Amino acid sequence: MNLLKVVEEGQYKEDIPQFKSGDTVKVHVKVVEGNRERIQVFEGLVIRRRGGGLGETFTVRRVSYGVGVERTFPLHSPKIDKIEVIRRGRVRRARLYYLRNLRGKAARIKDIRK
Amino acid sequence: MNKAILGTKVGMTQVFTEAGVAVPVTVIEAGPCVVVQKKTIENDGYNAIQVGFGEKRENLFNKPLKGHFEKAGVKPKRYLREFRLDDVATYEVGQEIKADIFATGEKVDVVGTTKGRGFSGGIKRHGFHRGPMAHGSKYHRRPGSLAAKGPARVFKGRKLPGHYGVERVTIQNLEVVRVDAERNVLAIKGAVPGPRGGLVIIKESVKTR
Repeated sequence: MNLLKVVEEGQYKEDIPQFKSGDTVKVHVKVVEGNRERIQVFEGLVIRRRGGGLGETFTVRRVSYGVGVERTFPLHSPKIDKIEVIRRGRVRRARLYYLRNLRGKAARIKDIRK
Repeated sequence: MNKAILGTKVGMTQVFTEAGVAVPVTVIEAGPCVVVQKKTIENDGYNAIQVGFGEKRENLFNKPLKGHFEKAGVKPKRYLREFRLDDVATYEVGQEIKADIFATGEKVDVVGTTKGRGFSGGIKRHGFHRGPMAHGSKYHRRPGSLAAKGPARVFKGRKLPGHYGVERVTIQNLEVVRVDAERNVLAIKGAVPGPRGGLVIIKESVKTR
């Protein structure tokens, strides 16, 4: 048996929904404040998914108060409570870095046509 | 040194702590090793245990080696190494050493043989800077000046291109993150010298003694 898996096993999350670049997601993040824990929601557009296996990460971008904010999360991090997919967008590339240079109407992404 | 074990490097991955921090770890298949011979001051002039590890086809062993293993009453092993431990008396010939001699959170030193890089230039081998690659520069990756002109010779120890790698290297003070004695697996924080499948020696850290 692959011994790398011995160390990795049990750390993979099984309840991760399918999503990819261009989708809008809500990431429920566990935040520790003092000695109590609460859940913070970070909603935005997935602009990148990279890596594979346990080390896979994804980056969510949102514009809050006119400032672009990007957060990169490890997909299998125990700090992520859950991921909700809000919208599925139609995009033609995997890395949506071009959105950083666009604002307002131009930064919209069309929904996937059923 | 109180304890040591032989193993082969499996590869690297990461482990999440409870706080959600991803810790990079090297996975090592450690043991089971078996004591093949005990060296004593009376017989050999020093105290040590000789330890065997790993499988190899029987017909690849020559007769003297087979005899050596037969004397200890153990199956022939691929690797034979000596550990100069403080308390050799607690070990018996034929005794197994397993990964559970180490506990989670313990600090260890890991010895390995680095990957071979062949004949390498000064940039790769010693971290020299390179010259400009463009704008008419003809000086790209050469070693540059070797010394002052006065001595009319090059001093010994001058860093120059040459053979790089395949070198015994010890990485000190690495933390044991996980121990699985049943499957002979150790996960150690950080990188460890050598290629996947390479032999490594894991021993108690000299710094925490």
